[in-house]
Amino acid sequence: MTNESKYRFVGTRPLRHDGVDKVTGRAQFGADFALPDMLWGRTLRSPHAHARILRMDTHRARALPGVAAVVTAADLPEVEPGPGPVNLRDLSCNVLARNKVLYHGHALAAVAATTEALAAEALELIEVEYEPLPPVLSLDDALAPGAAILHEGRAPKRYKVSGPTNVAARCEFSRGDLTRGFAEADLLLKRSFRTQTVHQGYIEPHAVLAQTGADGRSTLWCCTQGAFMVRHYCSALLGLDSAKLRVVPSEIGGGFGGKTTVYQEPVALLLSRVSGRPVKMVMSREEVFRATGPGCATRVEVKLGARRDGTLTAARASLWYEAGAFPGSPVEPGAMCIFAPYRIENLFIEGFDVCCNKPKTTAYRAPGAPQAAFAMESLLDELAQVLKLDPLELRSRNAAQKGDQLAYGPRFKEIGLTETLSKAREHPHYKAPLEAGCGRGVAVGFWFNAGMNSSATLHLGGDGGVSLVTGNPDIGGSRASLAMLCAEELGIEVERVRPVVADTDTAPYTDLTGGSRVTFATGMAVVEASRKLVAELCARAARIWDCEPAQVTFHEGRCLPTAASGLDHSPLSVAELAARMAQTGGPINAQAQLTARGPGPGFATHICDVRVDPETGRVEVLRYTAIQDAGRAIHPSYVEGQMQGGAAQGIGWALNEEYLYDENGALENAGFLDYRIPVASDLPMIDTVLVEVPNPTHPYGVRGVGETPIVAPLAAVANAVRAATGVRMTELPISPPRLLAALGLKQNGGAR
Amino acid sequence: MAKHLVQTRLNGEPVEFLCDPHATLLDALRNTLQRTGAKEGCASGDCGACSVLLDGRLVCACLVLAAEVEGCEVTSVEGVAQAAQLHPIQQKLLEHAALQCGVCTPGIVVAAKALLDRNPDPSEREVRYWLAGNLCRCTGYDKIIRAILDAAAELRG
Ligand code: FES
Ligand code: FES
Repeated sequence: MTNESKYRFVGTRPLRHDGVDKVTGRAQFGADFALPDMLWGRTLRSPHAHARILRMDTHRARALPGVAAVVTAADLPEVEPGPGPVNLRDLSCNVLARNKVLYHGHALAAVAATTEALAAEALELIEVEYEPLPPVLSLDDALAPGAAILHEGRAPKRYKVSGPTNVAARCEFSRGDLTRGFAEADLLLKRSFRTQTVHQGYIEPHAVLAQTGADGRSTLWCCTQGAFMVRHYCSALLGLDSAKLRVVPSEIGGGFGGKTTVYQEPVALLLSRVSGRPVKMVMSREEVFRATGPGCATRVEVKLGARRDGTLTAARASLWYEAGAFPGSPVEPGAMCIFAPYRIENLFIEGFDVCCNKPKTTAYRAPGAPQAAFAMESLLDELAQVLKLDPLELRSRNAAQKGDQLAYGPRFKEIGLTETLSKAREHPHYKAPLEAGCGRGVAVGFWFNAGMNSSATLHLGGDGGVSLVTGNPDIGGSRASLAMLCAEELGIEVERVRPVVADTDTAPYTDLTGGSRVTFATGMAVVEASRKLVAELCARAARIWDCEPAQVTFHEGRCLPTAASGLDHSPLSVAELAARMAQTGGPINAQAQLTARGPGPGFATHICDVRVDPETGRVEVLRYTAIQDAGRAIHPSYVEGQMQGGAAQGIGWALNEEYLYDENGALENAGFLDYRIPVASDLPMIDTVLVEVPNPTHPYGVRGVGETPIVAPLAAVANAVRAATGVRMTELPISPPRLLAALGLKQNGGAR
Repeated sequence: MAKHLVQTRLNGEPVEFLCDPHATLLDALRNTLQRTGAKEGCASGDCGACSVLLDGRLVCACLVLAAEVEGCEVTSVEGVAQAAQLHPIQQKLLEHAALQCGVCTPGIVVAAKALLDRNPDPSEREVRYWLAGNLCRCTGYDKIIRAILDAAAELRG
């Protein structure tokens, strides 16, 4: 792609600043830190999915030579839920169980010892007496009359029911007149869809190193999506003054939302405070699967009413999402997303947050949206088929436009849904012939994207280079995109900008890396800080030229007199002004902080071709194209990378990935061998088409791009399987046994 | 338990270290020798993040006992670049933006080197199957495969 734009750097593809460190093994990830005198921490985890803790005795573990500290929930203060969106009491109970264990793998105690082996040995010496309770392992279990209740005596939010329930909350959105809308329809379709528990599957397990000095000050090195988040949760859970805690984010080996909370971080901190020595804790892969993540299992029921020409007249959805052990599934965003891409006058959506004996679900890339889109986009496919309409045409006829109102209130500004749909129709992939036994599916994806709070600080060096300091861990190339925005504003080479991901004592406050927000929101702060720096450079030039700052303008990295000033001076470059800082008023730094509004929603249309082997039930993805509105792609390669990676994750979710539990609630596939994520030989190249409908609230038109790409693939794959086999798969994953069973049913005339 | 003394060559230099009999090569590299380039993603041979070469053969360091490398030549990701000069595989991975988080990258670099050392002109399919033991959750592999094919072309000259 050529960079025909008005920008010098935005839209180009420079090498990332942290690249050499990452290809040579020098970059330090969470588990790569060590300190002299360091202890190893390990965690005792529940062998039961649901049980009361009757007694815990740690004496023998403490007595083992080489054990320096043993901690349990009794060592944590009892905390109040707090006013924030995350219930701190639940978080504390998840970090170390109190009274009850709520899933197989729930942490109960931790040990710090001189070696990992000793720590593991000490765990075996901790005696725990449990009263096992019936495990609640699915939505059906949880909602059944007489189900065991995870949180007795806790009233659900916005939901009235007599007697105890595992429903933690209900949400509702509605508009228009549903009855009238359905009455206006020529055709009604209704279907129920299910998805299973999945894991984010980042390759780097959670890791932390904690050190506490004799003055009570602590430092944590850890892999996280947000160092300030870790500082906040750790100090809240331990009752510490957060001024005494510094969190240093390491390089992060993937997160996808899974590293937006704490697990062993407060425990390692506690162990280091008790022992007075550095403590390192690294999860095993099995622990990652058993006790972190996951993305939630869901049931979604959708009913659509449509006219013969495809116009949607009404839509209704009910969503049940598993929260896992503690309330807080992403059912609300799921409910907000499900009909967002379409203009539907009459609608009703309700969502239920349901607790069960699985790990507390954590954000997973566009949390809640892929499952909702799987249901809606599958049913739309069916509608197109019944009406004999092209599935993209059906979507185009109903596509939301600028000015349309969302179910939850706001109106769309500029959006690129229609553009992605027409690019899909024009794409050679959509017109390519298909072989027998193959099928093609399409689907649309939507995600809000987040704004939140961000800051950036710029330090001009005497060399004319700039240090760009933020607190956002770089999870997929954000150092490069932020540096490019800064370079564009300052007119200096991208390599002259040195992006730094700093610790909580050094970086200005920022919310975590998540919600596809860094290039958008932190990028806005970078642009604003850069403009302040430019204003200061102009003031310095004015001082040198002995004129008013208003008589100086800045263009392509140089200060020059305005035309109106009538002054005649040769321009001064950033480097020249930097070299003269000391004589013109001292160091030059700039900082900006903001709450970023108007993140600009992302839309994507995906096309997927599959071949189905009728003997084995194996589905092979033959060709895949992802088309997405990026607003403006700052570094197009990393935008494409997000689209390709999201598509691959979604394909895995559609075809293979699911948590398998035995009847006692023990996870049976807690490893990469049995929880199989896509490998290189499972996938084709993933074509990308960037659409750029600028987001009007961002100075460069940026929209978040990281999450939208995982929303469409689930339905795109399922729709392709339907086209190849004639069987509509309403349950994911479409694994060989499930597909074979469905194909068998079809042969016996049991399904359409 | 008595420790073993192991003498081996790491990235062309002689090294010796003490290890527990059950310690893996990955433990020895990361915790004893402080070469943290090889990553532990699973400790069970399923992710490839710990890939190293043992006498030129691609292995998962998490599946090799440290004591087994006595007298061997171990190449880890730290030994792939020559001084300040990146190996073409590393350079192409950067140019193609074939890493996002980068935690799989050391393993991919080593695995790709093992492939190109024996097959200078692999097909896309051959690269995909060779790398099937190296998980990447971020990229969807597309840019990784392109980078390795491009590096192969450059190495062929
Ligand atoms: S850590 Fe060795 S293969 Fe995963
Ligand atoms: S780049 Fe993150 S796992 Fe490959």
